[in-house]
Amino acid sequence: MSDFMLIAVSTLDATIRVSTPLILCAMAGLFSERSGIVDIGLEGKMLAGAFAAAAIAAVTGSAWLGLGAAISVSICMALLHGFACITHKGNQVVSGLAINILASGLTVTLGIAWFHQGGQTPLLSGDARFFSIDLPGALAVADIPVLGTIYTQLISGHNALVYIAFMTVPVTWWLVYQTRFGLRLRAVGENPQAVDTAGISVFWLRYRAVICAGLLCGIAGAYLSIAQNASFIREMSAGKGYIALAALIFGKWRPKTALLACLLFGFLEALTVRLEGVPLPLIGEVPAQLMQATPYILTVVLLAGFIGKAIAPKSIGIPYSKER
Amino acid sequence: MLSQDNTSQGAARSPAIDLRKINKSFGPVKANKDVDLIVAKGSIHGIIGENGAGKSTLMSILYGFYEADSGEIWVNGKLTSIHSSKDAITTGIGMVHQHFMLIDTFTVLENVMLGAEQSSSLKQSKKSARAELQRLSTEFGLAVDPDAMTGDLAVGLQQRVEILKALYRGAEILILDEPTGVLTPQEVQQLFDILQALRERGVSVMLITHKLQEIIAITDEVTVMRGGTMVAPRETAKTNKEELAELMVGRKVLLRVDKEPAKPQQVLLEAKNLTLLDSAGIARLDDVSLQVRAGEILGIAGVSGNGQTELLDVLSGISAVQRGSVVLNGVNIDKNNVLNAKDFRHLSLGHVAEDRHKQGMVTQFSARECAIMGFQDEPEFNGRLLMDNAAVTEHCASLMQQFDVRPNNPHLKAANFSGGNQQKLCIAREIERQPKVLLVGQPTRGVDIGAIEFIHQQIVSLRDAGNAVLVVSVELEEVMSLCDRIVVMFEGRIVGEMAAVDADAQKLGLLMGNAGGGDSDNSTTGVVS
Amino acid sequence: MSNKTLPTWIDVGVIPLINVCLAFLVSGFVILLIGESPLEAVQWMITGAFGYAEGIGYTLYYTTNFIFTGLAVAVAFHAGLFNIGGEGQAYIGGLGVGLMCMSLDSFMPWWALIPFAIAAGAAFGAAWAFIPAYLQAYRGSHVVITTIMFNFIASALMVYLLVNVLIEPGSMSPQSRVLADAAILPSMKDVFAVFGVNIANSPLNIALFLALICCVLVWLLLWHTRLGYSIRMIGFNEQAAVYSGINTRRTIVITMCISGALAAMVGINEVMGAQGRVLLDYVAGAGFTGIAVSLMGRNHPVGIIIASLLFGALYQGGAELSFEVPSITRDLVVVIQGLVILFCGALSLMIKPTIEKLFMKFFAAKERANV
Repeated sequence: MSDFMLIAVSTLDATIRVSTPLILCAMAGLFSERSGIVDIGLEGKMLAGAFAAAAIAAVTGSAWLGLGAAISVSICMALLHGFACITHKGNQVVSGLAINILASGLTVTLGIAWFHQGGQTPLLSGDARFFSIDLPGALAVADIPVLGTIYTQLISGHNALVYIAFMTVPVTWWLVYQTRFGLRLRAVGENPQAVDTAGISVFWLRYRAVICAGLLCGIAGAYLSIAQNASFIREMSAGKGYIALAALIFGKWRPKTALLACLLFGFLEALTVRLEGVPLPLIGEVPAQLMQATPYILTVVLLAGFIGKAIAPKSIGIPYSKER
Repeated sequence: MLSQDNTSQGAARSPAIDLRKINKSFGPVKANKDVDLIVAKGSIHGIIGENGAGKSTLMSILYGFYEADSGEIWVNGKLTSIHSSKDAITTGIGMVHQHFMLIDTFTVLENVMLGAEQSSSLKQSKKSARAELQRLSTEFGLAVDPDAMTGDLAVGLQQRVEILKALYRGAEILILDEPTGVLTPQEVQQLFDILQALRERGVSVMLITHKLQEIIAITDEVTVMRGGTMVAPRETAKTNKEELAELMVGRKVLLRVDKEPAKPQQVLLEAKNLTLLDSAGIARLDDVSLQVRAGEILGIAGVSGNGQTELLDVLSGISAVQRGSVVLNGVNIDKNNVLNAKDFRHLSLGHVAEDRHKQGMVTQFSARECAIMGFQDEPEFNGRLLMDNAAVTEHCASLMQQFDVRPNNPHLKAANFSGGNQQKLCIAREIERQPKVLLVGQPTRGVDIGAIEFIHQQIVSLRDAGNAVLVVSVELEEVMSLCDRIVVMFEGRIVGEMAAVDADAQKLGLLMGNAGGGDSDNSTTGVVS
Repeated sequence: MSNKTLPTWIDVGVIPLINVCLAFLVSGFVILLIGESPLEAVQWMITGAFGYAEGIGYTLYYTTNFIFTGLAVAVAFHAGLFNIGGEGQAYIGGLGVGLMCMSLDSFMPWWALIPFAIAAGAAFGAAWAFIPAYLQAYRGSHVVITTIMFNFIASALMVYLLVNVLIEPGSMSPQSRVLADAAILPSMKDVFAVFGVNIANSPLNIALFLALICCVLVWLLLWHTRLGYSIRMIGFNEQAAVYSGINTRRTIVITMCISGALAAMVGINEVMGAQGRVLLDYVAGAGFTGIAVSLMGRNHPVGIIIASLLFGALYQGGAELSFEVPSITRDLVVVIQGLVILFCGALSLMIKPTIEKLFMKFFAAKERANV
């Protein structure tokens, strides 16, 4: 029993760690897509952020400066996306793709030129990384069965960025559904012309949305390179941006459901590691690749309308111009 | 000169709007040329003109959508510069657009307060907005449920939300752009009651329309626009429809179509109990039955959006028959025998689409490619594997010759032809094969006067050759003069039928508002004069 | 709005050229940023790509892949579909080529085998494009998102197959067995040798001819067949296509299948040609490069050939560059690719107003001079 408990807790613990960047990116995508801007560039922004965080943390020795750098770089990429899609009415998918490819090439090119380690950044230690935090009372309750274990092992003991990630969900919900900014954000994704004629600048509103997306992707990137890992590794985002996008769609562009989708996809990944080489009763050994592909398969199935219907913001993907 | 007269008249109190020498060009096209306009405070001012006369451009300038190249805007006696809708709103100008600027997934309250929220917290904003909305509703008699989902409301109510939106922002000058196009006569009457209430409370209203009877019915003053210029300001009481119509088009309008009485023969097209549900399960066509005979032109009248488009789609094979059937040249088409648009054409049906930019042609294609739309699979345009491009070009050149399409260049991009010439090319394509049945949607929408006569003649001569024609038009005058028999559609149903010789605007107007059948003196639709 | 549009040569010639130049200009700044000389880098790249016979061979070998994936993107684009799935379709297509070759290579030489290999590759590639296409046409899910998902699914599937099924018994690396020598496409060296011309050895093989044939076929398809007419009409205006009696759903599915089949031809160049076996991730981003190629080549076969050649040269020149300048790797080419997609795709409209203004000025001046 306690064995099972331990396995369960450690799998869920891994789920939380794996889900963190997904949650941040999904919330990032939510801001962008609810404003009507398709964001397949989550991946690239996160990767660029990861590189910036590791590079600056390595040079300065400060994790917080690294986080700041990640956010700045990621916001710059987001602004580039905005410049192409909002100001110049470019194709949003093409722009997102360009950002992903650009990030993939630039991080390695600059990494090799600056650190000469084949695209990796120097290993970080000490203050240059985010380390796990023990929540108050974690040690005291550790021995209480079940609840204590859950508190100490599962809830406590993550780094600051994990807690930030989980906090972004209620914050996003509050911003989108309880504030003036959120009302306008949702409006501009549905009918930008209505927003414009109501005297609100569509451009500035959408720019703010992509900046929010940049901010959150930057945190996700920093998490990858200076919290979860101790350096930047080439292509370390490894499709997580796309999984987050899938989770956002799977969660029907809503914060709470998107969070659940991120946790589900994170759980699948944690399970993949856990089940590696372990035969399951009745089904036998499940190929790891099948588990890896499951989020994508689920999203395709959802999009095909076989489980519920995902209705995108009405004006998503359409550049706004005043001329009718 | 006339505007100077008006200025001296209104010197006592400055006008609500005073536009001076407004100019606006799009590339080489001058949309507004030295436009002067004066709107007195607390009046309803009509602006009338044909499509492309520059009305919308002028209003867009006033509402900050475009900036004028030159000219001055005076509001309430003050020189004002309006760079954006925000400026317009601050100046006290509100606008109800032809296509509503509403978020379907928002409640009425959210739509009204969008952009004019009192606080950064939604809860706070909603609270104060709710109180203000309540006040406006009572003051102007604009009842609407603040918590209703906007997308679920009827069109008339949505328009009311738009007016509330403008008032909520403190508009003292309200611009309405073609507000009645989508309304039933009853809704029009309600709208006009609202406008009168607004006028009584000192709001100045600018009504942009191309419908003469509305100008006569509601406005105090009227200005006519033509070809981007202000032609004439008039006091409504001292003018009449005939004079305005003449000013609008610049010459006597020829609304009569020269044609012999029809000699209807056998039925070539029949709709039997057609019912069509949209994706939301709402009946767009409701048990529609009609017959079109050889040698006659059947007109379908109605306010746009009452099922005419859907009817054309089903009768031409664009939408599949769901319930009921279509009999075309003796072939029965129903849900067990679904045919597409190409199959319908093979049964000798021609179809001039209502909207050539959305359906009837591809503006990015060259004229020659547009000239074979729907006939792309015909053997004469195809070799064994490849298309016979020379034959396609030749075909287009011959159509252009016969139907006087200018410029006579099959390789020119379709977008570079004028509206009239585009329509001529579409009609040429469909008529050239002498189809037994021809469907024509909005035959002369966006077409210049010269081409209108030509197009009407072509349709009549097709009828005289013993073919059946069905015309859908929102222009009552066109339906009455071109067609031999008229049916009226309302909310997807056929609500009345009469011979064209018996029809007049009042009878049709009553039917279009579904107020027919009773005493024709009963003027529920006060707008029809 | 304006009647005077830009002449075609400016629209399809000058503007894309300026956009490419902007992309290269920014790439130059990146090289400066890492402390190298952009001019020197360009020199090395040109030398590497065209300076010697082997380099040219490699350049054209990459070009071959990019023509296939570029055409794949372009065909879909004409129907208004953005096929991001070229990578996965090429990957799965190569599986089809590999399976067909492995089952027949013991008793068939390459020239007998190639029609079967093409058919199998095309069928696999088309099948991988079919599902997203079907879902778009009949279930309303967006082809961009589904093709992205299918790239990842393809990747997972191929890893599974190569590790568990296709792996050569006794081998440690996840790749299939090598095809019989006679079944592998002749390299250009062999072809030229027949005519007594000796050229350098390179992976360039006769798949280049297949690529050029595909260009002609795509050109014929789009502008000289009924299907092409329908495809382009759907891309411009789907409602007009329905009005014209075109079965838009079926056409969308067919277009995507053609697109997938074209992408799959990468398998002929790689699996049946250069590599002679199926191996992990052999597509190596060619599917994404195809997007850059198609955008740059304005979705026209001629433009695609030119853009493919440019990217082929970049790939080969980049390899040379990384060999000569240790602080630069081939990842720089990825940067350039991203910038080309950015400037030729996302920012393609940026310079148009400026060019329009300049042109009008020039035009007006000329008019005056003529008077």
